[in-house]
Amino acid sequence: MAQRIDVKDLNIYYGDFLAVQDVSMTIDPKSVTAFIGPSGCGKSTFLRTLNRMHEVIPGARVEGSVELEGVDLYGADVDPVAVRRTVGMVFQRPNPFPTMSIKENVLAGVKLNNRKISKSDADELVERSLRGANLWNEVKDRLEKPGSGLSGGQQQRLCIARAIAVKPQVLLMDEPCSALDPISTLAIEDLIQELKKDYTIVIVTHNMQQAARVSDRTAFFNIAGTGKPGRLIEMNDTATIFSAPGEKATEDYVSGRFG
Amino acid sequence: MSTSTAPTLDAVERTRALLVSVDPGRRRIDRIMTVLVYGAFALAMVPLISLLWTVIDSGRVRFTLEFLTSTMRGIYGGIDAGGVYHAMIGTLVITLLAAVISVPVGLLTAIYLVEYGRGPLARAVTFFVDVMTGIPSIVAGLFAFALFTLILGPTGARTGLVGAVALSVLMIPVVVRSCEEMLKLVPNELREASYALGVPKWLTIVRVVLRTSVAGLTTGVLLAVARVIGETAPLVITAGTTDSYNVNPFDGRMMTLPVYIYSQWRQGVVPCREGQADCLADINELRAWAAALLLILIVMGLNLIGRLVTRWFSPKLR
Repeated sequence: MAQRIDVKDLNIYYGDFLAVQDVSMTIDPKSVTAFIGPSGCGKSTFLRTLNRMHEVIPGARVEGSVELEGVDLYGADVDPVAVRRTVGMVFQRPNPFPTMSIKENVLAGVKLNNRKISKSDADELVERSLRGANLWNEVKDRLEKPGSGLSGGQQQRLCIARAIAVKPQVLLMDEPCSALDPISTLAIEDLIQELKKDYTIVIVTHNMQQAARVSDRTAFFNIAGTGKPGRLIEMNDTATIFSAPGEKATEDYVSGRFG
Repeated sequence: MSTSTAPTLDAVERTRALLVSVDPGRRRIDRIMTVLVYGAFALAMVPLISLLWTVIDSGRVRFTLEFLTSTMRGIYGGIDAGGVYHAMIGTLVITLLAAVISVPVGLLTAIYLVEYGRGPLARAVTFFVDVMTGIPSIVAGLFAFALFTLILGPTGARTGLVGAVALSVLMIPVVVRSCEEMLKLVPNELREASYALGVPKWLTIVRVVLRTSVAGLTTGVLLAVARVIGETAPLVITAGTTDSYNVNPFDGRMMTLPVYIYSQWRQGVVPCREGQADCLADINELRAWAAALLLILIVMGLNLIGRLVTRWFSPKLR
């Protein structure tokens, strides 16, 4: 049930400050799209506008449109809470709820919304989500233990399980491996390949090898200088971006000459 | 397996000189500061230990089951009887009522300040909470008395409820401040994690923010209770004094432990006739000490409950 995203002429503001300027792109369903670029270029900010998470910050607003299968996420009658149920998110640092067990963390999307779920349905959802996040075999014997007792990589996979348990159409990942060791990173990257069969995935990463390994298409963002807005420089198939980019700045960045 | 040779004697000497050099000034300052820190701590402990010792030593004389279960009704002079039951019940009822009023108001204010408050209104609320913190307790008592006199007339202004309102005026700013600090400690990542799952803001606050900080909130509330449970002045004005048991805060005067201690102490030494067997000259003072001991025990009990609640609710790691 993955869905495509069309972004048209998007400007993102924090108060009066223009953070990201004039981004237009199309994100294909059932694919992995990577955002790369130097720190502060607005790729995380842009990612968060795809599920209206940036609105958590006071004064943040956008101009332009983000369409999910033709429906503008910023339309007047669109509920931001419903948007976030449809477009899930995994964060840079693993953030399981510390007061909840592993099982409760997976069910958090259901339980926190006070929705009733039968025990058998809950158990099935927990197993399916944890299997989906490649974590089931490691935790099936300790589902009642606190989620914060897991290792960092396991916690991040728990967060992915938690995100896919609410059955989103799209999964946004904001540097999901930056706090993890190489083995855990590999586990997450394998998982992303699995997940793309069912979801549209957008991943922000600072690791260019990772972008090259996991993504089908890559978007390069850049910033002209401090205080200037971030821009989308170019977007293309990952292979093209890394072998024959159209812009000089992209080539400099992916070859490590800058940024 | 190592191919390198052993260090030369010369190198050993030079390295030793580098590593073992002692800075006598630093050592001295370290000693002085250590002595200062321990000394300050010991100095702070002296009044505490002395106070506890005095209260326990003087209070245990009359700290009996009979003292805890009888009132002062019909007790006069130096009679070897009378107790604190009515004052204990009064303190518990009034403090509980004050908490019932203050905790929702204070907690909701704190939630507003941390989760919603922006701009001039939030700054104004913070400012007035700070102002409220500085209100002298006697003024809070006069305020509650005047308020209820306006509403109910002079006869209605001396009840446990009025006392509880006076205590709430003192308690609310403490609850707001401590709860605000606790709510700020909840990492933003948890709020974001909840929003990203499509949980509305109010449910995020109730189910994630409050749940995560419940241990700290409990501690904050108990600190606020401890702050007001020993208040005397506002209760003398509002709840008044009585010798009888009264559990209804909406009708009639109510004795409380601090007021009981104060009124017993004020009565001073009883003039006993010589050879009168059932007359104890220092009975009033002994009752005051025993009531003081009871008050300290209640506060300690509350703190203990707070510790247990913290332990039950705080996030577990394994």
